[in-house]
Amino acid sequence: MTTTAIISGADERIPKASPLIKMLRRPEVGAAVAALAIFVFFSLSTQTFLTPAGVSTWLYSSSLFGIMAVAVALLMIGGEFDLSAGAMTGTTGLIVGVITTEWGVNIWLAMVIALLAALAIGAGNGYVVMKTGLPSFIVTLATFFILQGLNLAVTKLITGTVAIQGMSVVPGFDAVKIFFGSSFPFLGMDLKISVVWWVILVALASWVLLRTRAGNWIFAVGGEVTSSRQTGVPVMKTKVGLFMTTAGAGWLVGMLQLFDVSTVQATTGIGQEFIYIICAVVGGCLLTGGYGSAFGAALGALIYGMTLQGIVFAQWDNNWLKAFLGGMLLLAVLVNLYVRRQAGVR
Amino acid sequence: MTGKISSVTPILEMRDIGKTYGSIIALQGVSASVGEGEVLCVLGDNGAGKSTFIKILAGAHQHSGGTLLVYGKERRFSSPREALDVGIATVYQDLAVVPLMPVWRNFFLGSEMTRGVGPFRRLDVKAMRTITMEELAKMGIDLRDVDQPIGTLSGGERQSVAVARAVYFGAKIVILDEPTSALGVKQAGVVLKYIAHARDRGLGVVFITHNPHHAYPVGDRFLLLKRGTILGDFTKSEITIEEMTRLMAGGAELEALAHELERSTGK
Repeated sequence: MTTTAIISGADERIPKASPLIKMLRRPEVGAAVAALAIFVFFSLSTQTFLTPAGVSTWLYSSSLFGIMAVAVALLMIGGEFDLSAGAMTGTTGLIVGVITTEWGVNIWLAMVIALLAALAIGAGNGYVVMKTGLPSFIVTLATFFILQGLNLAVTKLITGTVAIQGMSVVPGFDAVKIFFGSSFPFLGMDLKISVVWWVILVALASWVLLRTRAGNWIFAVGGEVTSSRQTGVPVMKTKVGLFMTTAGAGWLVGMLQLFDVSTVQATTGIGQEFIYIICAVVGGCLLTGGYGSAFGAALGALIYGMTLQGIVFAQWDNNWLKAFLGGMLLLAVLVNLYVRRQAGVR
Repeated sequence: MTGKISSVTPILEMRDIGKTYGSIIALQGVSASVGEGEVLCVLGDNGAGKSTFIKILAGAHQHSGGTLLVYGKERRFSSPREALDVGIATVYQDLAVVPLMPVWRNFFLGSEMTRGVGPFRRLDVKAMRTITMEELAKMGIDLRDVDQPIGTLSGGERQSVAVARAVYFGAKIVILDEPTSALGVKQAGVVLKYIAHARDRGLGVVFITHNPHHAYPVGDRFLLLKRGTILGDFTKSEITIEEMTRLMAGGAELEALAHELERSTGK
């Protein structure tokens, strides 16, 4: 009796997924478990981690990485990388800093100029990748080096130093600071406004991904680009849009940093691009595209932020962070591999 | 033409179709027709002209001789889009699906249904799920969960999702390019069942294959191609599966080969 049942169902040749496997298929589950574990660990092992000041510190740190990680996750789901994302946070901050302090440009106008520049660079990345068919890894690596060089060279050329000074005396600085650099009391914490931006962006990105046509296209172009073309998905538009989104997020983080500390270094953001990618991967994004979630990437950033500050609170050697990060990444990739095998694809 | 003459205008009719690529004749003097609820099987070995035949119907290539009629009206497709617009959908072997995406998202990919306006325009997930479920049920596929990634479906099921999608988006004629060739015996049977389903729903099906055993059970008419020309055009009652196999394999040549093999094995 049992045998016949198996044979009659055998033409599907799919084992019925257990509820546990179904849950594990959610891209963000691994990250959620890890985030919880790290939260509990540092809460118990340090005095400061769970205090209002402690929480607001790691939330702020997570939010800056989180905003970028969410944008990078969208791009990765769309099947591309952006290694220039880190340098972009520096570039946009420097543009605003240089043209307001040196040339007296209106601060709001300066921000618009920086945003347009970022979007143009993002569109350029996307356009070159799509037109040439080169891997985005290479194209944006080039952009990364170009931006890194320009950030230093141009800043030095115009200001004579490698950091922007006198930002806080620029007219209108305090008005802009309300939106990008202020903090407000929340549940006894002194919460930075960037956390609000982060939450809004995660919600927005999740909504776009799961509930709009654009989101459908992002999954499709990352999953199987030929099929997407055949079914009429605007592949070029989708991918260029994603590169512009990442660049736009770079602008936002650039502003959040600039108006928080009133200065910007020419080396800002360098070396962070891989952290965004790691956050996205830890949050369940596949390196090969077509799978992942914005919420997962946010959890990835939360893990990174909590660990970064937790290690400080625990007064450990800061170098442990990198080793931890590598370990997390490897673990995440292994979980992803398992998920992919369960889904029976590629 | 040896086939039966249909009293109604067929959906698709080809008269003396030919195609040359430069000086190479890929297809010559091929005539065929498909009506509602009819399955036309196009059989032939490699190089017989099957691919050229599909490409002309699908709008990927233009024919260089003869006439192509859709509902009695002469047509010449300059793009796959044009063929689609008159209701001819081609399901290629790679199926144009994204394996990691749920079945319903694949079903509506590129033609998503939305609700709301402006920035609040969003996917009508509920409607799309329901329609996917219904359309698949019409094809005889009962999925437990339209949210499962399409990559988890079997080859036969994926094929039929692709057919169901083509039908839902207005196809009157579905061209299936070797849908069974990559499948095992059982899965091929599943696809044949879906072809029969599509036929019963009044669609015209053009089924390209090189396997007479797959063609014979579902076909109404059989068009045998060899080296770009018609080797035979039969209705089901005019030919047996053995004759068809013989014809396709080159009849006498195969017998000669059989004799040769017998001798060499020492019998």
